[in-house]
Amino acid sequence: MMRMKNITKRFPGVLANDKVNFDVKAGEIHALLGENGAGKSTLMRQLCGFYRPDGGEIQIDGKTVQFKSPADSINIGIGMIHQHFMLVPTLTVAENVALGLPSSRGMQLDLDVVSKKIERLAQRYGLKIHPDAYIWQLSVGEQQRVEIMKALYRGAALLALDEPTAVLTPQEVDELFKVLRGMAADGHALIFISHKLHEIIDISHRVTVMRDGAVVATHPTAGSTKTQLAREMVGREVILQYDKTDYNPGDAMLRIEDLTVMGDRGQKAVNDASLIVRAGEIFGIAGVSGNGQRELAEALTGLRPVQSGRVFVSGQELTNATPGQRIAAGQSAIPEERMREGVVKDFSVSENLILQDHDKAPYSKGIFLNFAEVAKESKRLINEFRVKTPSPETPIKNLSGGNIQKVIMAREINRKPRVLICAQPTRGVDIGASEYIHQRLLEQRSAGTATLLISEDLDELLALSDRIAVMFDGQIMAILDRNKATIEKLGLLMAGVK
Amino acid sequence: MSQVRRIINTSFESLLPIVGVVFALIIGAFMLLALGANPITAYAALIEGAFGSQYSFMQTLVKATPLLLVGLGVCIAFRGGIINIGGEGQIIVGGLASTALALAMPSLPGILLLPMALAAGMLAGAIWGGVPGVLKAKLGVNEILTTIMMNAIAMQLSNFLLRGPMIDPKEVAAKTYLPQSAPVPEQAWLLRLLPPTLLHLGTILAVVLAVLVFIFLWRTTIGYRIRAVGLNPSAAKYAGINVPTYQALALILGGAFAGLAGAVEVLGVSHRMLEGVSGGYGFSGIVAALFGKLHPLGSIPASVLFGSLLVGADKMQRAVQVPASLIEVILGLVVIFVVSSELWARRQASKRKTS
Repeated sequence: MMRMKNITKRFPGVLANDKVNFDVKAGEIHALLGENGAGKSTLMRQLCGFYRPDGGEIQIDGKTVQFKSPADSINIGIGMIHQHFMLVPTLTVAENVALGLPSSRGMQLDLDVVSKKIERLAQRYGLKIHPDAYIWQLSVGEQQRVEIMKALYRGAALLALDEPTAVLTPQEVDELFKVLRGMAADGHALIFISHKLHEIIDISHRVTVMRDGAVVATHPTAGSTKTQLAREMVGREVILQYDKTDYNPGDAMLRIEDLTVMGDRGQKAVNDASLIVRAGEIFGIAGVSGNGQRELAEALTGLRPVQSGRVFVSGQELTNATPGQRIAAGQSAIPEERMREGVVKDFSVSENLILQDHDKAPYSKGIFLNFAEVAKESKRLINEFRVKTPSPETPIKNLSGGNIQKVIMAREINRKPRVLICAQPTRGVDIGASEYIHQRLLEQRSAGTATLLISEDLDELLALSDRIAVMFDGQIMAILDRNKATIEKLGLLMAGVK
Repeated sequence: MSQVRRIINTSFESLLPIVGVVFALIIGAFMLLALGANPITAYAALIEGAFGSQYSFMQTLVKATPLLLVGLGVCIAFRGGIINIGGEGQIIVGGLASTALALAMPSLPGILLLPMALAAGMLAGAIWGGVPGVLKAKLGVNEILTTIMMNAIAMQLSNFLLRGPMIDPKEVAAKTYLPQSAPVPEQAWLLRLLPPTLLHLGTILAVVLAVLVFIFLWRTTIGYRIRAVGLNPSAAKYAGINVPTYQALALILGGAFAGLAGAVEVLGVSHRMLEGVSGGYGFSGIVAALFGKLHPLGSIPASVLFGSLLVGADKMQRAVQVPASLIEVILGLVVIFVVSSELWARRQASKRKTS
């Protein structure tokens, strides 16, 4: 029914899709599996008309089509259910469904007609929704049903669902799967994007695995095992190799006891997690994004309140301490959201280098900043960390991602931290800078820093970590010693298989 | 080649505000035509009224002084990411407080009374800015709404005081009941620099303060923190800076400068508290600060320019019989042009970067 041929899409510096072939038949549920950044979303965005492919073509029922805008894609019968719902909370279900569609009565609203049609569709597909309910009254699962309803109402013959189960409870997942099976039986074509292996095995007829922008495999789901899919998803053996000094852990510097942290939707994003990071150790946290790593990092840096449990940094309790208190206790942090939390983008490189310590010697005297010292230290750090910048006075937003990350590293490491919380340190960073950042992290390990390394890059975790914990659904599934951690084992744990 | 183009581009961008003024004046010319006036005569009168004689130029400086003081407060607040629309109210309470203090201690020598009266104005303004500041810091209340509300409260407070407790006893005796206070003691007046012009010491004070604000924002740790909080509150918080505290501080300081403007108007120009002492400076000061690119030193020429427009408008009114408030329309147009040209320039710049 739909076929994408040799789709290629480039972004500056990245080949997001490399000659991707993907197709889906009427009545079929085709799963698209891959890690974050494998190119799944990019592929789907081209299908929905958000991006235009640089190469290749899209065929619908054998005819080549070109989408100039998302509207073209919708008109041809393609619906997309995004992870983040696009609903107006203060309007009713019927109003949301009717939004943007012409009314059958010209200028006058025809919500009664819309409601009837919604009820008809709801019955046909077993989608339990009330047309007059307000969106803000609905649970996340119900809102998702409204999104599906929107697509069905617009006559979508092909429906792509981007990680539809990420926000659902297990009961809601069962409910959703029933609906999806019903739709497939009715002749709809469905694309199911996920990295949860058991769901893919449960729901899909065929599965396509993507990695690094390319398709690794396409085959029927029947007969596939989780182990096989996990291997295909994470794929390649470790390339990164660094010389590491012997593992010689010291005292427990970061201790987390039974930590529970609430997520934005009020769910337990981190659920009863306990771990200890010792001096001279890199402790890795693996997991597919959205399994509580971000909330863990935010709780440890004082951005998100702790619901229950305790956190100690070198013996001092810092469970709900402010960011300032944590810094004073000798904790440094490299944030995941580098441009939002790591730097002030309109500040110069040197102004960013003193973000925490601007009120301490030698950067200031009394209330006055000591510019001579700031300039001297900035130059030293820029040289030492090989930051490529025209001058220390250049606004940091003009630097590349890798160089911005080096500035953050320089600032955080220069403080000689006892504990370093490090989230996605090389995401979006070029290979050269990545390697350099890895070397500096290993130097910190030799210097006796306790590092908590949160990463979605398994190669990075395997190359640097001494121990690796896997987070799934807010829980720590297991803590493995590096020499016992294989890609296969991690992949299964990341998918929630014990 | 690209070097040359970059220089042209940057110099063009720094000229944008001027271009904005020119466009605003062109549109103003059409309005003058619609009102049946000759725009050339009108603008000639405007310029003559503002710069034509020593007296008129000094008058321009007198008008520029409160604009600059308010503008300095706006610079600090905006740099801290806070939008202070409460200048009017802060000027009023500043004027009231300095008047009240000067009238309460008529026997103090000027060397004490003048600084104390100025300080009282600053303090009152700081409190008036501090209420929204603390509400923002503690409860996250939108400062735009609260500062506007505080304007209304200050206005009514002034109405009440100038008709009741603070009214000039002579007005009561003469049964004229003009809402104004008694004159403040002469030793509390700001020195007139060039009599008979109204130019007073407050103008010099404002320029000195502009330099001090510049030093404060760019050379001290507190100023650094205010700017960090204003540019990226998330990163500031991550770095251990107490974001709400510095947001409140930015608003308190903004209020203090507007309050000082009120005190300077009373002690330098009117010598008593009048209704309408704020004279729209609370809003025009925002325009001046924006025009000066929210830089304390840039606010100096910007204030002089807007002061000249305000002074020249009177002359223009007399010369071609159009309402002086037309100049406020032009001020509004300037803001629209400057802000939109800024956005336009930014889009051009990002286009250059991507291509």
